[in-house]
Amino acid sequence: MIKTFFKRYGTSYAFLLPWIFGILIFTLIPILVSLYYSFTDFGLFKKPEWIGMTNYIEMFTRDARYIKSIKVTAIYVAVGVPLKLAFALLLAMILNKGMRGLVFFRAVYYVPSLLGGSVAVAILWRQVFGQSGVVNHLLGLIGIRSTTSWIAHPDYTLGVLIALMVWQFGSSMIIFLAGLKQVPIALYEAADIDGAKGVSKFFRITLPMISPVILFNLVMQTIQSFQVFTPAYIIGGPEGKPLDSILFYTLYLYTQGFSRLQMGYASAMAWMLLIVTALITGLIFLTAKNWVFYED
Amino acid sequence: MKENSLMKKFLLVYLPVILGALIMFYPLVWMVSSSFKPELMIFKDLGIWPKQFTLDNYIDGWSGAGRISFSTYYLNTFLIVLLVIIGNMITCSMTAYAFARFKFPLKNILFSLMLATMMLPVHAVLIPQYTIFYNLGWTNSYLPLIIPKFFATDAFFIFLIVQFIRGLPSQLDEAATIDGCNKFDIYYKIIIPLCTPALVTTAIFTCIWTYNDFFSQLLYISEPKKYTVSLGLKLFLDSTGQSSFGQLFAMSSLSLLPVTIFFIMFQKLLVEGVATSGIKA
Repeated sequence: MIKTFFKRYGTSYAFLLPWIFGILIFTLIPILVSLYYSFTDFGLFKKPEWIGMTNYIEMFTRDARYIKSIKVTAIYVAVGVPLKLAFALLLAMILNKGMRGLVFFRAVYYVPSLLGGSVAVAILWRQVFGQSGVVNHLLGLIGIRSTTSWIAHPDYTLGVLIALMVWQFGSSMIIFLAGLKQVPIALYEAADIDGAKGVSKFFRITLPMISPVILFNLVMQTIQSFQVFTPAYIIGGPEGKPLDSILFYTLYLYTQGFSRLQMGYASAMAWMLLIVTALITGLIFLTAKNWVFYED
Repeated sequence: MKENSLMKKFLLVYLPVILGALIMFYPLVWMVSSSFKPELMIFKDLGIWPKQFTLDNYIDGWSGAGRISFSTYYLNTFLIVLLVIIGNMITCSMTAYAFARFKFPLKNILFSLMLATMMLPVHAVLIPQYTIFYNLGWTNSYLPLIIPKFFATDAFFIFLIVQFIRGLPSQLDEAATIDGCNKFDIYYKIIIPLCTPALVTTAIFTCIWTYNDFFSQLLYISEPKKYTVSLGLKLFLDSTGQSSFGQLFAMSSLSLLPVTIFFIMFQKLLVEGVATSGIKA
């Protein structure tokens, strides 16, 4: 029986072998091991020692920086993602008006998404919002004299990083554009005959028809922006300076796990991130049946 | 009447699109233009066209911080990128072929599992992975960055290729079977050649992500002579950041060049890759 099983499915599993091995060694086992570590006191040079819920209790009751890192990340996601998607949808709708050079402009708007995660762009952002950077120069041109370094003032740093996220709206815009192209023109023509205005066409035709694409973008962007690291590290260093104002969750996780070698604590943080990501994704999908419209 | 609607279209469509593009590109253009200005002029001459033009920033910046030049960083990066591309192309296409064409027990569960890993935050597996690599003695080497890619760990690309293979007529496979091809023959004589667009998309995105990556390189590589471009730039920022903006801008601009060239060459595939599969960034 085993023999016929192998004869029939042997090749299938042979093709899957690297992936099966990979998902076990690099994903499934590590997830479980990190769950175990999260209940231990553990570092690279010391064996894991079981301490029960201590890490979890510590982070919610005694670690003010942990709470701060949640706040910073939550604001970043809650403000940045809707802004980014709004820009993406707006530009997609304008580009969809049937203009010449669509391919060119679509490409131009996409470039920041490609470059945005790099160290070079983070360095650029540091200088653009620095004391003698472009932003202050442009403010000077319209008569506002500013000597603020936007990356050194804790009230503004998070805004600078949100701006960097919104700047990369191009990839979401392309997905919206593909969605808009699927909306049947007949729907708009019918609405025109009924005398519908632009605004009501947007809310009653466009938005419902592209709601599956909105759902997709919302989920992917939310998951991704929870994990932002590079720009914060380059602009604010591993401690999220100034004054923890850009101490993102992943930055704090990195500091705990790899600078202080509190790997048990960092594992607990990682598991909280996993749970929160799963909960929020689940929540978006749960509410989706009320606002996402599927044809057929 | 006709002129009026043309004017309206210009104001509502072309003008915002062009203005938006200019605003978005202004910082990038400013950096590139500053990189050709003499150090002292950068914050005095804020115009886009340099009044004085120099290549010194590039020449001086290239020699890097300490004794290691950017030649080393670029060579290291290209080596990693090349190996990661090979790993992804081979193993993701194998996995995709199995999911797209075969029937086998547990297929649906395994496929859902694969989709779920696309959404998994890397941090959830970070510390155990690090301890594995540490105990293998692989830290401060490129192995942790490369070896996982030979086990199809980038589920995005599996999904992309699965979608592509599903679009290929299965009669091709059947005809080949009648001609005496086995499943391995079909894989590399039919599926692989026909999948070229999907494989090229995989290669391009792998290249760009690996090139832009900073986090895992920061985590695993500690010795400056093994540094990549990302790490080299960070080191350069720390050692010269406040004194020589010109060189910093020159090296930053230069580091954006490979991705930009790639984009210009493969623009169509990249945009289609995003539009059809929703691949990130």
